[in-house]
Amino acid sequence: MQDDMQDRGRAQGFGILLALWAVVIGGVAFSIYAGQRWWMPELAAAHGERVDAVFRILLTLMAIVFVLVQAALGFFAWQSGRREKAIHWHDNPRLEITWTVIPAVVLLGMTIFAGVVWAEMHAPVPDDALTVEVTAEQFAWRIRYPGPDGAFGRTDPGLISRDNPVGVVPEDPNGLDDVVLLNELRLPVDRPVRILLRSKEVLHSFFVPEFRIKQDAVPGRTIEVTFQPTRVGDMEIACAELCGVGHFAMRGDLKVMPQDEFDQWLADLYAGEADGESGEAAGEAVEAGESGESAGE
Amino acid sequence: MSTAVAGVAQAHEAVHHEESFIRKYIFSFDHKTIGIQFLFTSLFMGIIGGTLALLIRLQLAWPGRAWPILGALMPNAFPNGIMRPDIYYSLVTMHGTIMVFFVFTTALVGGFANFLIPLQIGARDMAFPLLNMLSYWLYLPASIIMLSSFFVDGGAPGTGWTAYPPLSALQGAAPGTGLGQTLWLVALFLMMVSFLLGSLNYITTTLNMRAPGLSMSRLPLSVWALVVTATVSLLSFPVLLGAAVMLLADRHLGTSFYLPAGIVLGGRELLHTGGDPLLWQHLFWFLGHPEVYILILPAMGMVSEVMATHARKPIFGYRFMVGSMLAIALLSFLVWGHHMFTSGMHPLLGTAFMATTLVIAIPSAIKAFNWLATLWGGKIRFTPPMLFAIGFVSMFVTGGLTGLVAGSPPISIYFHDTYFIVAHFHFVMASAALFGLLAAVYHWFPKMFGRMMNERLGRWHFWFTFLGIYGTFFPMHFMGTAGMMRRIYSPEPYAFLADIQPLNVISTVSALVLGFSQVLFLINLFYSLFRGPKADRNPWQATTLEWLAPSPAPHGNWDEGIPEVYRWPYDYSVPGASQDYIPQHVPDVAVEAEAPQSVSGNGVAEAGDSASEGEGES
Repeated sequence: MQDDMQDRGRAQGFGILLALWAVVIGGVAFSIYAGQRWWMPELAAAHGERVDAVFRILLTLMAIVFVLVQAALGFFAWQSGRREKAIHWHDNPRLEITWTVIPAVVLLGMTIFAGVVWAEMHAPVPDDALTVEVTAEQFAWRIRYPGPDGAFGRTDPGLISRDNPVGVVPEDPNGLDDVVLLNELRLPVDRPVRILLRSKEVLHSFFVPEFRIKQDAVPGRTIEVTFQPTRVGDMEIACAELCGVGHFAMRGDLKVMPQDEFDQWLADLYAGEADGESGEAAGEAVEAGESGESAGE
Repeated sequence: MSTAVAGVAQAHEAVHHEESFIRKYIFSFDHKTIGIQFLFTSLFMGIIGGTLALLIRLQLAWPGRAWPILGALMPNAFPNGIMRPDIYYSLVTMHGTIMVFFVFTTALVGGFANFLIPLQIGARDMAFPLLNMLSYWLYLPASIIMLSSFFVDGGAPGTGWTAYPPLSALQGAAPGTGLGQTLWLVALFLMMVSFLLGSLNYITTTLNMRAPGLSMSRLPLSVWALVVTATVSLLSFPVLLGAAVMLLADRHLGTSFYLPAGIVLGGRELLHTGGDPLLWQHLFWFLGHPEVYILILPAMGMVSEVMATHARKPIFGYRFMVGSMLAIALLSFLVWGHHMFTSGMHPLLGTAFMATTLVIAIPSAIKAFNWLATLWGGKIRFTPPMLFAIGFVSMFVTGGLTGLVAGSPPISIYFHDTYFIVAHFHFVMASAALFGLLAAVYHWFPKMFGRMMNERLGRWHFWFTFLGIYGTFFPMHFMGTAGMMRRIYSPEPYAFLADIQPLNVISTVSALVLGFSQVLFLINLFYSLFRGPKADRNPWQATTLEWLAPSPAPHGNWDEGIPEVYRWPYDYSVPGASQDYIPQHVPDVAVEAEAPQSVSGNGVAEAGDSASEGEGES
């Protein structure tokens, strides 16, 4: 009976060893495969190099610890299943201090590095950065370009209507040349961008995976998001904060263009002749401030 | 003071009284019955919460697919068998809420703190039995109210378990933000009061009612964990309580705690002014983060007990284990902002919270290494509780490591609100806390019910659950790296997620295996309850005091008088002793040769002084 239990126990111990080493091998193998197939979308913003570096270092650390600890767990469990009597060993302050100090030092290093990168991500952008206002709403993105004067007209939420989606105040001359697009954001490559992020009613979040940026849009605030696109291409804006039943479909098109193409497009937009690629409202980008009725949204 | 309290509790037992069925099983004042009530109610809520998760997984693996059975059972929610998006959001919200508050907190704390503390400290019951009874009788109505939100107009809230305003504050902004959200808030309020009442008991009882000789440095780690948890609970729950009241006020009394000026909803500009949505986030996470430690600390403490018992070896590094628990508890109050890196709070706050978050990894690492060191050199019996305890360490390490990514803002903002985070917290909560809970259930079942659970079924349960968890949640890390957001009804709108479906399918198939394999546990539990082989007082040959009491323990716990404690709880495999364990209540035993590291006592100043101490010390 005792031997029977011993044998069953040893079998279980061996099973644990197999399972945990399978977790290690499976985890690593899956990760390598995933690294080819389901990894982060190709980087498209300047600060992204450093962000990805932080991730790579953390990933390496995590992988080493994961492999060592899971393998050790399996091995110790298996070994102990085969022993006749436990060893009465339960304290070793020096060992404990060692495995306190080593993680602490490593973590301190990571904190410093990540802190530096975090600060870099918030470095001020030059004044000549392209500034675009993005207002999130249920369930769309309103993109406002400031017009040739480079200044945004004041907005009043009470003026929001179908023809005046962000509520530009008609009396403000700055707003006369503003153009509001629906779900379409176009940017020039290799030039700093400043997004002024706002929300109409609830929390949303402006997420562009290729840029490695994400920022919640908070009603009552205008939050700056700064970055510099480094790659021409078509990307998507996704909402990353639960905002109601249409949250999952709150998608926008983002197009990064060569500088000259962008300049042309912007000029056409301001001249009222640009054709947008998404939604009919983009093609009818109405000069804000012209219509005064407030229709129910 | 302490003797007076203890005296009252003891005197109560000197009077033999007949208890009616209602007094014995329904409105019981007995900590064991209350603990079992918490456990069974949590089990019921867990079946519901788990079912909700399976529905979520079905939708994500095969978005928009028609399920005829579901269409037949719930034609409103699944018209033509296809899940409605608003239903999806209610499922996500209620799954999270139920699991966190109504399953894990209640089972780990309400269930086990109640059951274990008096038994492990040699008391006859809790300090405040009436408050204790009330704490369960707030939980049950709270659960009913929470579930009732599914059936009211508008349905259950669809604002996430985090219920961020303005979405949750504005009726009509999201599915279920009418009566459903209000019921949700009321249920949560009652639940938090229940937790607070419980915490008062756990702390007071442990500090005041320990048996003679049971100094704090001789407390089992399970009791340490539960008391520390109760302290964290007492200090953090009131914050969410206040926040919930303010949210109710914003919803129904026209206040603007969380609502700024300029909100336009339904074509009208609302009249609120002066509030800030971030206030809720700060208040919520001020509780929310300690809450996750409220979930994991009891699991950690109980895993330590299970490991020592089934490895026949003292837990390694008792002092560091206690110290790391205290460090985790303290630090847990300083990290809440790591849930808010993208919230719009000042970036410097992000830096500060990053620092505290990476610091909290240190005591967690200490614990993981100490468990490894406990296993090293042990003589392990691979009983179901031990299997789950070993599995706990595996899950905790996996989940804890990804926490490092989540805690570093530069990369965390990429992963925030993606499935990487879902993977992270499901490993530490759904997996680690679950495994700790299951280890505890299997381990203390004999003491609760006087019968043994079936070992073979228990092992199968472990294997399917272990593999099912890794299969369900490991792929989610990669869904997150690919950028898949949380709380989406379908990934289909996005080109960048076009290739994600194989991961979703693997996760769902594993989840179905995981879910259905819990039936093994249910069968084992209920069968053993009535037909399991009778258990001895001490079937595991463990050292802690509860194993001195009969199995099951009677009202008043100690049929042979309150025990006296002479040693710490980990005298396993003491060299030279006749048995491989010496229970805490046994006075000095003759040990033969003295080996240098055989300290039969604890590691602190009283080391070597294992002579009986008559006075109870605090």
